[in-house]
Amino acid sequence: MIPEFGHFALIIALCLAVLLTLVPLWGAWRRDINAMALAPGLAMGLLVFTGISFVCLAAAFLQDDFSVEVVANNSNSLLPAMYKFSAVWGNHEGSLLLWVLILAGWTAAVAVFSPQLPLLMLSRVLSMMGFVAVGFLSFSLFTSNPFARLLPGTPADGQDLNPLLQDPGLIIHPPLLYMGYVGFSVAFAFAIAALLGGRLDAAWARWSRPWTNVAWAFLTLGIMLGSWWAYYELGWGGWWFWDPVENASFMPWLAGTALLHSLAVTEKRGLFKSWTVLLAIFTFSLSLLGTFLVRSGVLTSVHAFATDPARGLFILVFLGIVVGGSLTLYALRAPAVSSRVGFGWLSRESLLLVNNVVFTVATLTVLFGTLFPLLMDALGQGKYSVGPPYFNAVFVPLMALLMPFMGVGPLSRWKQDSVRRWRRELLVPAIATLACGVTLPLLHGDYNIWAALAILLAAWLLLALLRDLWNRVKNASSPVAGLRRLAPSYWGMLVAHLGFAAAVLGVVLTSQFAIERDIKMSPGDRETLAGYEFRFLEVGGVRGPNYVADEARFAVYRDGRELVRLAPQKRRYLASGDIMTEAAIDAGFFRDLFVAMGEPVGEEGAWAIRLHYKPFVRWMWAGAVLMAIGGFLTVADRRYRRQRRAARERLREEAAHGAQA
Amino acid sequence: MHPVRRQRLFLVLFIVLVSTVAISLVAYALRGNINLFYPPVEVAQGKAPVGQKIRVGGMVVEGSVQRSADSLEVRFEVTDYEATVPVVYTGILPDLFDEGQGAVAAGKLDEQGVLQASEVLAKHDENYMPPEVAEALEASKQRRMEAGQ
Repeated sequence: MIPEFGHFALIIALCLAVLLTLVPLWGAWRRDINAMALAPGLAMGLLVFTGISFVCLAAAFLQDDFSVEVVANNSNSLLPAMYKFSAVWGNHEGSLLLWVLILAGWTAAVAVFSPQLPLLMLSRVLSMMGFVAVGFLSFSLFTSNPFARLLPGTPADGQDLNPLLQDPGLIIHPPLLYMGYVGFSVAFAFAIAALLGGRLDAAWARWSRPWTNVAWAFLTLGIMLGSWWAYYELGWGGWWFWDPVENASFMPWLAGTALLHSLAVTEKRGLFKSWTVLLAIFTFSLSLLGTFLVRSGVLTSVHAFATDPARGLFILVFLGIVVGGSLTLYALRAPAVSSRVGFGWLSRESLLLVNNVVFTVATLTVLFGTLFPLLMDALGQGKYSVGPPYFNAVFVPLMALLMPFMGVGPLSRWKQDSVRRWRRELLVPAIATLACGVTLPLLHGDYNIWAALAILLAAWLLLALLRDLWNRVKNASSPVAGLRRLAPSYWGMLVAHLGFAAAVLGVVLTSQFAIERDIKMSPGDRETLAGYEFRFLEVGGVRGPNYVADEARFAVYRDGRELVRLAPQKRRYLASGDIMTEAAIDAGFFRDLFVAMGEPVGEEGAWAIRLHYKPFVRWMWAGAVLMAIGGFLTVADRRYRRQRRAARERLREEAAHGAQA
Repeated sequence: MHPVRRQRLFLVLFIVLVSTVAISLVAYALRGNINLFYPPVEVAQGKAPVGQKIRVGGMVVEGSVQRSADSLEVRFEVTDYEATVPVVYTGILPDLFDEGQGAVAAGKLDEQGVLQASEVLAKHDENYMPPEVAEALEASKQRRMEAGQ
């Protein structure tokens, strides 16, 4: 009964989404206030009914209702309750429902948190989001119904969730990632609404900016969690594979990074308007493309749950409508909204333009590398694969090109700046940077040119930011007072840029200095890696809730003292019979120690063992977390609150006047 | 020249410059870093280049997996039921690698026609078959059926 209820709720949600698309848009066209005023209510209704539908599916999973097909295929009575819940989105149908739920959540959030928006704008924005919801709700209902039943023929037990997905990190990775992916639909909806109204101004950018920043921050967290999960769960010790599915989430991130910087220029200076709109369309299109790549089964990976050409076609057509429609609208309306303000060569605008060009080019190269194999296959030119070396060769130089400009950016002035001022401000940081770049790599014995370059660039970012911070604080009565006076949006920028520097350091230093060794070890063997002695003590058997495992027990010694015990496992899951590697990691600020089991080798109880020493690997994820925190901080800025408070007061006054009259 | 126009000119030049750098990087990176998939039958016919990075995939032949006694070297054969290709790999095999299952090996073919693999990929779960392997097996089945008739 519950699944039918959920199915019904989903159908109602689709009807509401259709109404949300049509009624406010019609109202905006006819200037019918009553029709436009329906938009927020419809948005809330959409959230409520998608929510009911999602809760019903979750209930089916938690109650082990194996008559529902997705539950039978992706859950098992032995599965721990936590994973039964996360199994809701551990499959194609359920993860799509989560997508729709999050979209409904964003739509409702726009309806609730935008009292300052003119009704005309709000109704257009919500209508656009309703349109996206129509697309995905009908995709869910017509091609991948999560509530399809197996009646008759209900299995006694389910086939279990893919063991790779049975992990705490994977419980929150998809929701966070979707928060980011789908969040860009808000920026997209604002852009389209602005194009429809023909009014692209600083106010539009100010409305759209906090949404974009939050979506970007969520996407950053989601990507970071995915990378972290791959590191400890896949048992390879790798953290980024340039896998097409990773790229699918990384491309919107790159385009989104360009978008939020471009929005800054549009808000502050009223420039780059058409470009910003184009970027908003581009970013959301890449989110849709990512969904298409992952969900259609054209790519195979752990993320591709099912392959069904009808599904791929559906998303492709929807993508075509969204991209084609919005670009047509752009072509018709963009010239009317172009700007007439100029800016000097040496100015913050120019530096942000560099950011935009670099990130756009980076997005396009990643896009090319991701689509190249599909393209060649479609043309019958053979089955190519484009590996990490391609992406590294293209991506790393682009980021290196970006960073020198990134240091100057925060210090520079809008409109017009001068070399003389830059020289005055940046001479000290530049000298200190050079000193860091030359001396710090010496700490690690042999001089590594790549590490030196990374340290140089990261130090440049850090020191230039500190210089800027000093400039802003030095005139205050005390440093603390100066720091307190800084706006949250400035703190957001500072933290996010520092995070970027930390991530760059982490990526380059682990890549350069990691030691990875695959060896054959028997209990009693010892192996020394970067000064750490790994002693293989024994192999024991372990029984988990839904698996049995061999566990290798290691003690790690440093300078004759025991540091930590590590116990990697080789698990066999009972329901599916799948074998899984569970790595053991000793995490540290400066280094990780990583042990994973391969397979048994030879007769005397020897195992293939993977030992890794990974310096600075945490810095990468810590850096990503800082970037996300920076993104969230910007939203706390006073100017957004002020405009909302003003709007609320105005509404209240109007209501009071209305009551008097 | 009008300053706004001059600015635009420089802007265009800058974009052209960055794109040129990017395109040449792409071209350079693509040359060495893409690899093509060959079914075992094409390797046997000598269609696959020697010494260049390629991928070969098929079913792992039952009973062909041999581990070395003192290192992590492993030898096995992949087949599309028309031809088999011997593969040598040193390291830890993926969890779901097994005899009688689909696998893809990436590496270089040596003079003896042995694939010196630097990477072995297997399926992610029970139901999954690498698509290029599935396609190669399907093509091989078609040819054998035609030959049988």
